[in-house]
Amino acid sequence: MTEIRFAGFGGQGIIRSGIIIGKAVSIFDEKFATMNQSFGPEARGGACSAQIVLSDEQVLYPYVTVPDILVAMSQEAYTTYESELGEGGILIIDADLVRPRSTGAKIRLYTVPATRFAEELGNRIIANVAMLGFFTAVTGVVSLEAMKKTIPSLVPPGFLEMNLKAFDRGYAYGQDVLAGEKAEKTKSPLKRRNYHVR
Amino acid sequence: MKADPKGVLTGSHYLDGDHACAEGALAAGCRFFGGYPITPSTEVAERFAQRCPLVGAIFIQMEDELASLASVIGASWSGLKSMTVTSGPGFSLMMEHVGLAVMTETPLVLADVQRGGPSTGLPTTTGQADMMQARWGSHGDYEIIALSPNSPQETFDFTIKAFNLSEKYRVPVLLMMDECVGHMTEKVIIPAAEEIEIEPRRFYKGPQGKYLPFKPDKDMVPPMVKVGDGYRFHITGLTHDERGYPDMTVDCQEKLVRRLVDKIRKNADDIIEFEEDGVEGADVVVVAYGITSRVTLRAIKLARKEGIKVGILRLIVVWPFPEKRIRELARQVKALVMPEINYGQVVLELDRCACGQAEVVLVPHGGGWVHDPDDILYAIRQAARGKRVGEGIVEYHRKKRG
Repeated sequence: MTEIRFAGFGGQGIIRSGIIIGKAVSIFDEKFATMNQSFGPEARGGACSAQIVLSDEQVLYPYVTVPDILVAMSQEAYTTYESELGEGGILIIDADLVRPRSTGAKIRLYTVPATRFAEELGNRIIANVAMLGFFTAVTGVVSLEAMKKTIPSLVPPGFLEMNLKAFDRGYAYGQDVLAGEKAEKTKSPLKRRNYHVR
Repeated sequence: MKADPKGVLTGSHYLDGDHACAEGALAAGCRFFGGYPITPSTEVAERFAQRCPLVGAIFIQMEDELASLASVIGASWSGLKSMTVTSGPGFSLMMEHVGLAVMTETPLVLADVQRGGPSTGLPTTTGQADMMQARWGSHGDYEIIALSPNSPQETFDFTIKAFNLSEKYRVPVLLMMDECVGHMTEKVIIPAAEEIEIEPRRFYKGPQGKYLPFKPDKDMVPPMVKVGDGYRFHITGLTHDERGYPDMTVDCQEKLVRRLVDKIRKNADDIIEFEEDGVEGADVVVVAYGITSRVTLRAIKLARKEGIKVGILRLIVVWPFPEKRIRELARQVKALVMPEINYGQVVLELDRCACGQAEVVLVPHGGGWVHDPDDILYAIRQAARGKRVGEGIVEYHRKKRG
């Protein structure tokens, strides 16, 4: 079972990201995925989070208890949920939106300039999809094929190409980061730990 | 009868419970929705409204909940399968017309996506505290049918079931969802139209002058006609005879209300539905419904690991209550445990039916979230000792951390 929390502000596509992961896993990877959302009364700008529980069998308890993966796309989301992460958990943050503080927790931290990628591609609204590309590459909890099959059904047709570009950009960046991790691991395991593990 | 393919969105979808409810309604042949938006049920209305033009259905946003259910009653008499959805405060406003629908024997489906109450309470979070209101909320004496799904897939399936039961027994059927199920997104498989069994409306086909709108068939349920088809008839909330005319006498009241109650009570075995697992030889049986039945399964898994003999009876139909089965179980087990997101509602029925033969344990939750499975587990452990038989409804509270 894998528990995931996607968090940020309303309007960043946080819940849409949860739906994309959940659909990819449950429809195309044929496992179980339960997605729950929480948001404030505001249409945009309020704190917002999607909880996704992935499992090989039916999900009985529908909420996240101790997340294995936290994706934070705002400082507030980071501050609120960072302490929830379990030991060895993965924390993914938007490089330009979240400034992590140093804690002693044993987690794997990844940063990705998802919003910057989206802006470079012409629209910051697709930052969540760039994030999803990165997420797919570094976490391995959902297959690339499933994500590619899912995205067209959940983004407006006119913006599909732009979304797929954002996804690919995030995914490629994720692969680079993993490759760098691997290279550093063979070079100096100590240095790698300093870089990615706090 | 098979479903009309026009309303059936066959395939695998990733839907939340609210959207699954709208799809279930369309698949069941619902072609009228009158509603007033209220969190957390609004998404049902949104989805239905969006799909209307493709299916050929009608959606009206009414001025309030009273009018919503009134419009649904009218639409149903015009021959369309009809529904509305609401949540706590709106459910309260609809109560008068629930009674009208019962009295006029109008088939319709009312989904209540329960949230925390009383009053405005917790608009965006879950509760199961409308269960007794579902049973007794309208004035006067009546029997009603209420179903309780625990996933988006079940919400789809049970919405169809709700329509079928409402047509079969000419009674409003309540789909008692909750916010957690309504806002939970999961895979929903919508089968092909020819795989969906639909209960067609029972229409009267005799000569126009002879129609008696409240003359029952053998199963105590009268056939209907459509408004506008040329049959002249009268419908009223007053106590009425077979012609539908007011007849406010003791005899007529006895005949009519007795039948309204009996058509559900005497057909209860056909209506009642539940699932059991590990009940034979169990010391403890947990009786649960809706989202709580799902969370309970996690607690049961943990309890079985500890060697406790525990089973589950999951209510699919909550009203009418499976009285006979609970009486049997009470004689076989040490304890019956009911977790519910309220301070004790359906457990009152459980206690009544247990007849002092087994310990009856309530695991209450005030709402706003689902149970912590550990709280249910703790109650199962205590209940397995079965020491408090005959003490009425008991509770066990685990010491909270901090």
